[in-house]
Amino acid sequence: MRDGILLGLAVGVSGLAFGAAAVSAGLSVWQTCALSLLAYTGASQFALAGTIAAGGSLLAGSAGAILLGGRNALYSLRLTGLLKVRGPARLLAAQGVTDESTAFALAQPDRAAARAGFRAVFASLYLTWNVATLAGAIGAGRIGSPQSFGLDVVGPAAFLALIWPRLAAGRAERAAAAGGAAIAIAATPFLPPGAPIILAAFAALVVTLASPPPAPGTSAGSAGDGRAAS
Amino acid sequence: MSGAWFAVLATAAGCYGLKLAGLTIPERLLGNRWLRRFAELVPVALLAALVAVQAGAKGSMLVFDPARLAGLAAGVVALMLRAPFLIVIIAAAGTAAVLRLAGIG
Repeated sequence: MRDGILLGLAVGVSGLAFGAAAVSAGLSVWQTCALSLLAYTGASQFALAGTIAAGGSLLAGSAGAILLGGRNALYSLRLTGLLKVRGPARLLAAQGVTDESTAFALAQPDRAAARAGFRAVFASLYLTWNVATLAGAIGAGRIGSPQSFGLDVVGPAAFLALIWPRLAAGRAERAAAAGGAAIAIAATPFLPPGAPIILAAFAALVVTLASPPPAPGTSAGSAGDGRAAS
Repeated sequence: MSGAWFAVLATAAGCYGLKLAGLTIPERLLGNRWLRRFAELVPVALLAALVAVQAGAKGSMLVFDPARLAGLAAGVVALMLRAPFLIVIIAAAGTAAVLRLAGIG
């Protein structure tokens, strides 16, 4: 679980960039922190701050941010069988669903490790992201560009490292990844930021329909789907 | 309440609601192997898309940032060498930072 905690720390530091960006866009320090505490989904938060900064309407900013948050519904759909949370714990677990916690949980070899990994990333990233947001919001304009530290590469490098085992798992996974990346790049010039990512789910749909899933009982035994452990 | 607060709270409520929606889907739906397969492949497709967009786009513009791409390439090399997670991140961010320090990208 050490890797999960490190992931949270490494990615959470980019909360500095969000805090600075949101305050520069015109949000107050409190509004900036409320977003990190309550929305807690980096891409959506950046999208809202970016739209406000670019002079877009608040309504368009919120709509785009929520649209971008749509992928978290797909992530939690994937995680629900793995985490098996019930009752009030579900309300808490829901907040923990992010790109990072999903990718990390799915990279684990069995269900117990996936649950522990999810919790480790949630705790570490939530704490780091919010502290970094506050620091970035207060220090906006006083810190150097996050880019000069290569922080803009931390996110994509982390995501790549996390889907790496999935890419090795099978041809369908590689097809879904390649298709998703191609769709997102092709759609980027034509759609508002965030929307191309959602559109990439289409690649998963096509691959699902093109390669029939294994029949019940003939488990593919893919790591992380929890069946292997039960 | 100012418009900005409304936007902040609406965004937070919407994002949380979406996260919760996926966790509260009826169990029997997950028994469907097609839906299950789709739910397995979706994060792979979306995260790959996120990597692609973060590597090659800024807002709605496709951009070519040599430092960023070189950083990611260093990450890929580290992954192929089976380096631990943290080394992959350090290799990627470090390469981008050094190249920018040298005035590239």
